Amino acid sequence: MKISKEKISKYVFFGIALSSLSVLAVITIFIFIKGLPIITKVGVINFVFGMNWAPSKGAFGIFPMIIGSVSVTLGAAILGVPIAICCSIFLAEFAPPTLRNIFRPAIQLLAGIPSVVYGFWGVLFIVPTIRNYLGGPGLSILAGSIILAIMILPTIISISEVALLSLPSQYKEAAMALGLTHWQTIHSLLLPAAKSGIVAAIILGIGRAMGETMAVIMVLGNAVAIPQSILDPVRTLTTNIGIEMGYASGEHQQALFATGIVLFVVIMLLNAIAQYVTRKK
Amino acid sequence: MMNMRKTIVIYRLIRLISLVVLVFSVSLMSACSQKPVVGIIVAGSTSVQPYTEVLAEEYILLNPGAEIDIQGGGSAAGITTTQSGTCDIGMSSRALNEGEKSLWYVEIARDGLAVIVNPSNPIQDLTLNQIRDIYSATISDWSQLGGSKAKIHIIAREEGSGTRSAFESLVMGTTQITPRAIVQDSNGAVRQLVKDDPNSIGFISMGLVNETVKALHLEGIAATRENVINGTYSLSRPFLFITLSEPTGITKQFIDFTLSPQGQQLLSKEGLIPSMEGTIK
Repeated sequence: MKISKEKISKYVFFGIALSSLSVLAVITIFIFIKGLPIITKVGVINFVFGMNWAPSKGAFGIFPMIIGSVSVTLGAAILGVPIAICCSIFLAEFAPPTLRNIFRPAIQLLAGIPSVVYGFWGVLFIVPTIRNYLGGPGLSILAGSIILAIMILPTIISISEVALLSLPSQYKEAAMALGLTHWQTIHSLLLPAAKSGIVAAIILGIGRAMGETMAVIMVLGNAVAIPQSILDPVRTLTTNIGIEMGYASGEHQQALFATGIVLFVVIMLLNAIAQYVTRKK
Repeated sequence: MMNMRKTIVIYRLIRLISLVVLVFSVSLMSACSQKPVVGIIVAGSTSVQPYTEVLAEEYILLNPGAEIDIQGGGSAAGITTTQSGTCDIGMSSRALNEGEKSLWYVEIARDGLAVIVNPSNPIQDLTLNQIRDIYSATISDWSQLGGSKAKIHIIAREEGSGTRSAFESLVMGTTQITPRAIVQDSNGAVRQLVKDDPNSIGFISMGLVNETVKALHLEGIAATRENVINGTYSLSRPFLFITLSEPTGITKQFIDFTLSPQGQQLLSKEGLIPSMEGTIK
């Protein structure tokens, strides 16, 4: 009797746990069923490297959007990563406990702000500033990169801070005993030792930037063309789905799901790399 | 003993979950059965939607107990959901093409399309050809049109939008809107951007033009309702109600109300151009 109860409870929890996994499976299968027909019809090469996007006229090329996603994400990484890593070093090594207790919740709060609020702030503040001081329409790669750089800060800071804090304390003690200064210890010992964790943090941050939709729809301008400068408007893979899904039907809708497939594969790859880097040690 | 307690807890948990599921499904069932028989679903063009909402409000005041559920989705969705029978009335902001003409449809009003610029822009008047050249990026600087020397920031609507397809058929013909155009996903967003950016040009529904932007004259003719009605201003498009077959019951009553002098007056007050004699085709 007891054993059967134990078994029942085990299966009940297994079943419930399985449901969360099956959601992933269902979504994956759905995206692929919806999106693959158009990819096979147009051809993978034509779809991924096609320069022309005009679904109502039968042109399905998403290459400008891939460039868009890459350029905005790269911009966000260039702006955000140095700040985030410096911030995590400060929190892990320099900050006195009182200051740390202010910084940490504040950074977590940054992660809690809804993305539409970031976008709204970007439209009302960053976009006009760029238009007035740097020229162009304001809606641009630069505006998107600034917003995304802020949005990926909490992810990178908290993960790399954990990576720094989880190093054995003997490392630091030994280094200090050998006469290294605090900065020498950080830069020649702690940072290399925590490298895998920090790299994983950066990759997860990049994945977050790649997947962000709402905030960038509002500040990127969504033009489907290869940009010539960082002041040009672009469209990313996510905003392509976000901006056109309301009206899409038929092949147009399939093409948006196919955009989702490409995005799905890219994010999966990024996450896999992050996993691999952290496991390697 | 511990195990006993654990299993009891699990059983209680299971009982709780099944209770929740039961309550949920019962309430869902009752909600379904309470659905009023006099309700209709109207879906489609987001350009027509706000006007249909005004009509429905007035209609419900006159016919208490009637229920009209209005949803967006775009003209294409309005047409396909009407064909599939998912909605009772489809809204479209473009004329039906040959394949769709088997549906029953009526023009409830016309809407003018205004080409708008920032009020600070010295240009008052453009020809159809000039607008086409701007949107195909043949003309790229305001100085080519007699304005100040500045790059033109072209703003368009997204693929699938009824306003975009109306603009394409009325202005662009076979020429394509340049992919470098900034894309915004609503009339309001286009108007906001034109208001903020002195070098921009956009197109929106005439009913939504206000003092923050300037509607350009077309070949010397002002973008006004009068000029749409007398046919001199050529940028206008039909707003259609579509049904699967000859309307009956509440669907017919609602369409009749829309075409009645009272309904037409409501639409006219909202900025639309009343339909010519309620042309039923």
